[in-house]
Formats: sequence, C-alpha cells, structure tokens
Amino acid sequence: MKLDLAIEELHRSENELYTVLLSMSDRHKVDHEVFYVTRDMARWSEQHVAELAEAGREFGLELDPEAKHPAGLLESLQHKASELTGRRSAPGLLLLADLRHLYREAGGTALDWELLAQGAQGAKNKELLDFAERCQPQTLRVSTWAKAKLKESSPQVLAS
Amino acid sequence: MGRVDRIAEPWGSRTPYGPGENWPIRVDAYLDGGLTEDDVDRWVPSATILHSNGDGLDIAVKDGRIVGVRGRAEDRVNHGRLGPKDLFGWQANNSPDRLTRPLVRRDGELVETDWDTAMDAVVGKVHELLEEQGPSAIGFYTTGQLFIEDYYTLGLVAHGGIGTNHVDGNTRLCTATAAAALKESFACDGQPGSYTDVDSADVIALYGHNVAETQTVLWTRMLDRLAGPNPPKLVCVDPRLTPVAKQAAVHLAPRPGTNVPLMNALLHEILRNGWYDQAYVDAHAVGFDELQRQVEKYPPEVAAEICDVPVEQIREAARLIGTAERLLSTVLQGFYQSHQATAAAVQVNNIHIVRGMLGRPGCGLLQMNGQPTAENTRECGADGDLPGFRNWDNDAHVADLARVWNLEQIEIPHYAPPTHAMQIFRYAEQGSIRFLWIIGTNPAVSLPELRRIRSILGQERLFVVVQDIFPTETTELADVVLPAATWGEKTGTFTNADRTVHLSEKAVEPPGEAKADLDIFLDFARRLGLEDKDGEPLVKWSDPEGAFEGWKECSRGRPCDYTGLSYAKLRSRNGIQWPCNEENPDGTERLYADGKFWAAPDHCEEYGRDMVTGAPVTETEYKALNPDGKAIVKAAEYLPPHELPSEQYPFQLITGRTLYHFHTRTKTGRAPQLQAAAPEVWVEMSAGDAADRGLGEGDLLEISTPRGRVEARLRISGIRPGVVFLPFHYGYWDTADGGQPADGHGRAANELTLTAWDAVSKQPIFKTAAAAVRRLAESGGSPSAAPTTTASAPVTGSPPPTTGGRAAEAEELVGGTA
Repeated sequence: MKLDLAIEELHRSENELYTVLLSMSDRHKVDHEVFYVTRDMARWSEQHVAELAEAGREFGLELDPEAKHPAGLLESLQHKASELTGRRSAPGLLLLADLRHLYREAGGTALDWELLAQGAQGAKNKELLDFAERCQPQTLRVSTWAKAKLKESSPQVLAS
Repeated sequence: MGRVDRIAEPWGSRTPYGPGENWPIRVDAYLDGGLTEDDVDRWVPSATILHSNGDGLDIAVKDGRIVGVRGRAEDRVNHGRLGPKDLFGWQANNSPDRLTRPLVRRDGELVETDWDTAMDAVVGKVHELLEEQGPSAIGFYTTGQLFIEDYYTLGLVAHGGIGTNHVDGNTRLCTATAAAALKESFACDGQPGSYTDVDSADVIALYGHNVAETQTVLWTRMLDRLAGPNPPKLVCVDPRLTPVAKQAAVHLAPRPGTNVPLMNALLHEILRNGWYDQAYVDAHAVGFDELQRQVEKYPPEVAAEICDVPVEQIREAARLIGTAERLLSTVLQGFYQSHQATAAAVQVNNIHIVRGMLGRPGCGLLQMNGQPTAENTRECGADGDLPGFRNWDNDAHVADLARVWNLEQIEIPHYAPPTHAMQIFRYAEQGSIRFLWIIGTNPAVSLPELRRIRSILGQERLFVVVQDIFPTETTELADVVLPAATWGEKTGTFTNADRTVHLSEKAVEPPGEAKADLDIFLDFARRLGLEDKDGEPLVKWSDPEGAFEGWKECSRGRPCDYTGLSYAKLRSRNGIQWPCNEENPDGTERLYADGKFWAAPDHCEEYGRDMVTGAPVTETEYKALNPDGKAIVKAAEYLPPHELPSEQYPFQLITGRTLYHFHTRTKTGRAPQLQAAAPEVWVEMSAGDAADRGLGEGDLLEISTPRGRVEARLRISGIRPGVVFLPFHYGYWDTADGGQPADGHGRAANELTLTAWDAVSKQPIFKTAAAAVRRLAESGGSPSAAPTTTASAPVTGSPPPTTGGRAAEAEELVGGTA
C-alpha cells in the first residue's frame, strides 16, 4: 500500500501551488484581478493542505496542516516592485510567463489528485476517494483560470 | 389638481389599489416660473433619463426653450407620474455653462476651437496609432446615458471599423452584474420580469435595492399597493434604514460583503422546508443537486454568525419568500457593487428558478439597472458585449455579425470577451492603450481610487478625448473636448430596466456648436474613411432613424428582437417592451413563460463563468452541462471580503446615492431644487458608534482609508453599526478648487474606495472598504446637509426637515385620463 506516498506528494504539491499563487499575487499587485483571484484560489490549497495532513494521519504520516506562507520580506519587496513597475509594459510579459507556470503547476497538482483518487479506488477507500473527488475540481479551476487569463491577456501583450 | 412640494414629498400623493387592479393614473407636471400649460408652444414625447425607470413624459417647449415636463398618463411604466429628478432636472439643459465649442489642449491649456480642428486632431491621432501599434492602442469608455442609435453606431465603428476589443461603458459600474447574473442563470441577458408584477405580487423582496431613492416612480407603485387592500409584504436586505426598510415586514441588515452566505441561508430554508417546485426544476433546470450540496452548509445559524443578522429574521424572511404565491424580487447596487456581486445576484435568480416563479404575473425577477439606457449598452455592443446578445465565443455568431456589417470575420475581435472598463484603465496605466475616448461620463469622480484614475488620465502618453455637455473633473484632464447635445436636443430610442422602449424626440436645438452624439460618431467614421469589405462606407446611415433601422436588422432573430418596432409605431404608442417582432407585434410583457429559455448552446449569449475565478466556461463544457438549453442553477461558496476592518481602519465604508442626485451631479447639481435638497457631502454613522466616540450630528469628520481622505459632516442615521456611508455624487467641479481636491481635502467618496472588482461581472466593489474616522471640528450647532426624507434621515435630534418650498411645488392630477 503506497497511498501514503501519494498523500505526501500531494501535500508537497499543494504547498507548492499555494506558494506559487501567493507569490504570483504579490508580483502582480497592480493587476488587481490577478492579485485578488490568486489569493482567493490560494485558500483552496490552504484548505487542501490542512485536510491532507488530517488524511495522512491514518497512514502514519505527520504532515504540517498549515500551508507555508512565502517569506514576509520578499512578499513586501515584490509588492513594492510591482507598484514601481506598474507603469511599464514589461510586467505584461512577466504575467504571461507566470500564468503559464501556474497552469502547469495546477495541472500537475490536479493530476496528483487523480493519482490519489485512483489509488483510493484500488484500495476501496471510499472516504479517501470522496476527498480526492471533492478537491480535484478546485485545483482544476486554478488551471482553467490560468488558461483563460492567458487567453485574455496575451493579445494585448503580444500585439502592442 | 393639487400642488405638492416634491422635494418634501418625493413620492407625491397616494392612489391606493389592490392586487390585480390597474394602477390609477396620476399626472405630475412642473413648468418653469409661473408658466401654465396654456403658455406652452409644443409638447414633445420622451422619457425620463436620470435613472433607469423609463417613465414616459412630454417635454414642454416655449420659444425654442425647454420650460418643463409632464408625465404621460397612457405610459405603461409610470401612468403619468414623475420623480423629483425628472420634474426639476431638465433645467440643467438651459444652464449657461454648457459646453458649446470644441476645445483642444495647447501649451497645457484647453482653448476653444472649431469642429474641423478638433476632429482632425482626434482622427490624426487614431491614424497615427493604428499605423504604429494597431487597434490595441485604441479604447472607448462610454456611458449608460446615450441612445440606441449612438451605441450601435459606436459599437460598429469601434469593434467593426477600428477593430478594437476595448469598448466598455460606465455601465460596468451600475449594471454589469445584472447582465452577468442573468447570463449565468439563463445563458442570456434580458430582464425576465415586468414592472406590472408589482400590481399582483403578494411578497416583494428587495435585495440591496433602495428603490425609493433610485427609481422613485417604481417605489410609488409599491407604496400605492401598500396603501391599498391586501398589500404585499416586503422583505428588505440593506445595511441602511432606507424608506424601503421602514415599510418592510422583515429588514435584514447584513455586514457588508456577506450577501452570499445570507442568500445561501435563505435557499437552505427554502429547500429544507420543501418550498420549491420539484417538477419545475426537473423539467426546466440543471445544476439543482450542486445547489442542494452547497446550501446544505449554510443553515441560518451559520449565516447569522457570518452576516451578524438575527437567526429568527433569516428564518422569517425565508418563510415569506418561500411561501409567497406571487413573488417579485428586485436587485441593485447593494448586491452589484458588493463583494461576490454576481454570486449573490445569481442566488436571487435561483430562488425564482427553484420556486418555478418566472413568466407569470406577479412572479417577477428584476435585476435592475442604474442608468436610463444601460440596457442598450448591453444590447448594442457598447459595453463589453457583442451586439444583439451575440456570443463572442461562438464563431457562428461572430460570422453572423460580420454578415450584418459586411466585414470579414477576422476584422471583428473575438479572441476573448470585450475588454471591461477596469482593464481598459489598467491598459492605459500600463501604456498599451494610448488613445481613450470618454463619452458622457466622469471617471475622475465615479471610478474607484481617484488618485490613481487622475494619474492615469493625466499621463502625457495617453491621448484623452472627452465628449460631454458640461466641463467636468474629467474634461480638465482631456486633450480634446467635444461638446455634445443631450436629451431633448436629439432624437433616439432607449430601453428601461423592464425592456420598455421609448422614442425620445428632439425638442430644441443644442446650445452653440454642440452636436448630437450620433453626428459626432458619424463624422468620425467618415473622416477615418471606414469601409466595409466591398469598399463601401462602413456606416450606412446618416440620421437616427437610419441607425435604428440598422440596429433592427442586427437584432433580428436575437432575444432582443426590435424588428417589430419603428419610429412610426413608437410615435403612435410610446413605450413597448422587446422582443417586438412579427410574432409579438405588441411586444412581450414577461420572458421565460412556460419554462422556455434562450439557453440552447447554439443560441445563447454566454456559456457562463466560474463563480469564484470568473474564468469563462468553454463551449464543450457548456454543451455537456446544458444540452437542452434549460435554466442553470449555479451555487456559490462564500469568500471573505478582500479588505476587512482592522485596528487602524475599524469601520466598513460603503458608498451610495441619494434620491435628489444623479451620478456626479453634472445635471442635478445645476437644478436649484435638487441641489438645495442635498447641497453638500455628508457621512452617516449609527447612533451607537457616534456615542462611543462622543460624536454628534454635524461634526466635521475625516474619513480615511489607505487610498485617501475625505471630509464630511456627520449625520447620525439608522445605518448598521460598524458601517459608515458616503454618497458618491460629490466631486470638485462646483468647488473653488475646480477639478481636484486641494491639499488632500477630498470630498469625493471615491478618493477612498479600493480598486477591486467582481471576477465574474467585473463590476468594481464600492461597498467593502475598511476605513478610519476622526473628528476635525465640532458642529457648532449646525447639522449636516443630509436629506431627512430618505435613508439619511436622522435618528437623533431634529435637524430641519428637507423641504423645497414654493419653488419645488409641482402639479399633481390624480385620476387624469389616458
């Protein structure tokens, strides 16, 4: 039984997704929708991390239930940098790169949920399966958003 | 006939009526200084334009000047009545400080010039930018106050001719969530209900809709029902003690930013008690199971905690709504300009879907608008939608539009939804939009975070054109100012919040060299040399009626079908509801009778959006979700507001409106009766909060947020504790400082608001900011200037009542005949 490995890996990747979302938010403080929506979506990862820690206990794992927040100083520097470059067009390219990165991160995490769901099915663990099926759609919504935002933002960045 | 001080009595006299009866006629009129109807040369048909109600009226003309107005007894919307803004607001047309000549900026100063010079500057800049960068450099920010003919022509010129995706209006601030919520639930815009639903409803639920101040005549209709036999019960959701709240059987005053959990709790109770129509849901809706799962998590006890509302009140409200036999619901800015705007407004739709209360008399759903012609920006493609409710994500729809416009499909941008206003300003900030044409709106007062907006518009690298009727805070920042004609000075049609189309005729000539908006756009298209794919002029018309005929063709077969209307028909009977076509020659009172929707995948306007992220649903996903085009029940989870009170900023700030003013007061501030009724900005706070801080009525306070500070005198009102309210109407055009606050002494509420918007509708959030308050000076015995007749009524002391005296007396003829 290697479900513990799947949970551990998910715990790692949800933590990573949480960090990616929050640092992206900080880098794009002046792109207000990006700033707020990434924060709203980070709440899902935060919740997933807590629930994964809880689920892991059954498998003898001791995972930190608190998602790790990016360092405070870096965060405020990024805020400031974002504000200082708010009038430039280069952040447009940076936004596209960040959205592309987020799309892949969220896609990878969603795939990890898929793995967990499959494992849970194999082990006939209904509770774990329900958990995975409840959380995966939220992670998919992150990648859907990243793709939609990329689609919406790229024409203005690339054709101006 | 009686004379009534309509400042002191904004809703006039009662004409009570019972359920199912006709609303009695009462004709309201006001004529300039001592004139009588015998003095009037001509009466010119039109409708009201200082709100979204669309009340039919006649404009009185004497010696080539507008001298008054009179309600039209036969009009389906108002049965003769007019509100204070309609009775007195027209006087602004005659104001001596109208813009009468074009202005261009020379050496930093705006100087008068002629139309050729001004338009050459505009067209030259557009040519230059198209050459250098392409259409992505060009943006248009319009209004909710033009006519169909103007919007449709502008949409054609901008989307089709120039090929930019950057076209939106200030309707983004007032009506975007109404459209978005309808698109989420019915996959298409279009107001389901009718104002006549007031006549037979047994429960009226008003969600963040202070109808008494925003649509006074609609409230008059409700007051007359309340005064008659078997009156309806009202449910009011509003953090202020509004005139509606005072009449309500249940008044819920939730903490700002918590509308979604409140709505979820109401739905929780409705489902738990079986107050829904399972057969209707099975036959006509998708998504019900997800709603059940979601609202399961919000029993009234949970919502009571989040919203800080007594649990019994939530239960009682749910009981009234859930057991109503004819439920009318209306929604406005308290939901639209709040956190999770669309998610909350959609839950109101959900109530009507699960209860099967659509398309029948009394079972109305009214997602309201703020401005008179907001509906038309949505229909005509001037507000971030394609014309005729066409779906930007459906290639067949874009191909059809290209056919109507005789263009190649690639000429019409449809790579993403048309750019919304807040994003247009962001692109301008970033420098990729370099030409912004602002029409009939005043973003330097009405958009959030004004310091930012002023700095964007003030950039050297941004060419700003402003088309308006008065000098404003925004014209101060323009490179070119174009003087426009207004209501009464041009002909065109417009549609109110219940789909009623009125023809508004030209009554008088515009002042000086001011031109009709349509003529300005036609001139622009001509000078730019815009052509269709056969090399013919892109815009085929040269007058309003031609533009209307063009629009009719564009609307053919679409939900907002205008093909059954014409100027001739509207001249014989003004005020007809769309869709009006061969099938429905007299118009259509209610949409969605018998559970039929415009939601089929190949017909619908939008596939929907994610309620949290705003990401569009794809065509494939939509086809899987809703292949048969049913109503869509969309559930929503609660997210806490983005800015919460803190030790430093302990209050929640909400901004809003007052009965006597419209927008940034450019018109109402120039109508003496209206200006006198609410002459100066004020701030509202609850009695408990004021007592805790030792503050009294009339004290001069500083209200601050991380964005700025505003000074205002205190009115202790019936507002919810912990919340402060500022009216957003007051800017700087009538202060000594002109366009901007001097030395940070702001009075515009939007100095304080934050730049954030609903991810679904993109409507800015004006009702959830954290603020601090401190006293700058004691009142010295003089009260604030807040009206006493409205939601700003005092709850302590007795400031002098708001009256208008003889100057505000208007005629009232009860029972006048149609």
